[in-house]
Amino acid sequence: MDPAAYVAAFKALGAGLAVIALAGVGIGIGNIFSSMVSSVARNPGARDAVFPIGILGFALTEAVALFALLIAFLILFT
Amino acid sequence: MAAEGKAIDALSQFELVPVLGAVGRSVGFSQANAHMLLAVGLITGLMIWGMSRRAVVPGRLQALAETAYEFVHELVVGQVGDEGKRFFPFVFSLFMFILLGNLLGLLPYAFTFTSHIAVTFALAALVIVVVTIVALAIHGTHFFSYFFPEGAPKLLAPLIIPIEIISYLSRPVSLSVRLFANMVAGHVMLKVFATFVVMIGSAAGVLGLIGAVLPLAVNVALVGFELLVAFLQAYVFAILTSIYLHDAVHLH
Repeated sequence: MDPAAYVAAFKALGAGLAVIALAGVGIGIGNIFSSMVSSVARNPGARDAVFPIGILGFALTEAVALFALLIAFLILFT
Repeated sequence: MAAEGKAIDALSQFELVPVLGAVGRSVGFSQANAHMLLAVGLITGLMIWGMSRRAVVPGRLQALAETAYEFVHELVVGQVGDEGKRFFPFVFSLFMFILLGNLLGLLPYAFTFTSHIAVTFALAALVIVVVTIVALAIHGTHFFSYFFPEGAPKLLAPLIIPIEIISYLSRPVSLSVRLFANMVAGHVMLKVFATFVVMIGSAAGVLGLIGAVLPLAVNVALVGFELLVAFLQAYVFAILTSIYLHDAVHLH
């Protein structure tokens, strides 16, 4: 096997390792929306107050996923 | 250009190309700048043209302009309080500029100027400079107490103060990288699935054409998701700006 093939193979491996972070983000986003749903179910009147906070938490958590995804893209495409 | 050979070329869509011929090339006027001007023109046009009739029963344009205005106004006043009304024009401009930038980028052949860290970091740096100036103007040197919460043990000061300063300084970084990473990741994803369509479609005759429907369907769904993300990121940028302004006005 020539070195270039090794580089390509390890690039794919590295990209795969980089997106392991998405497991944590999946748990986090699931947590956010499960608590959002249960709080709205308990008190439907709180919907307007809870919704922006939930979306904010979602966006902040999702950012972590995108950092990892971006690293994976950088490894793959550059 | 999506499927040259077998490789997926996902990042070339973010390259800057000078427009307007020789004049544009000499001053470095790229398609990103053109899209920024277009976004500013569209926002100004919407607000001026939409509100020119001032009908009691609004038409479509007026309803759009009023909805956007009220949405951001509620956001700012809800986060900052009544003092926030002074900052409403600032947050509204930021929100509309980023929203239009994200949405324009979803049109075919268009360019997403918010997918460049230079653009998003300039916006985030502007936010942080404005927030710091506002805090200094309102509280004077008392502003520096922000970096040491009241009631914290004095012994912990060497630990807390550096952490607070670092977290304050990392705000523009996280603010800009979030927007930029969202846009880049979304557009790379669209490009990757579009390349799959071409690859599968040109691979195995009729069978390939049938198979290519699958990534195409994914791409259609992704465009819908990107519309949501485009709005959400503008919203998040605006609400975080409001939260920072709240900190600057009230200090904790």
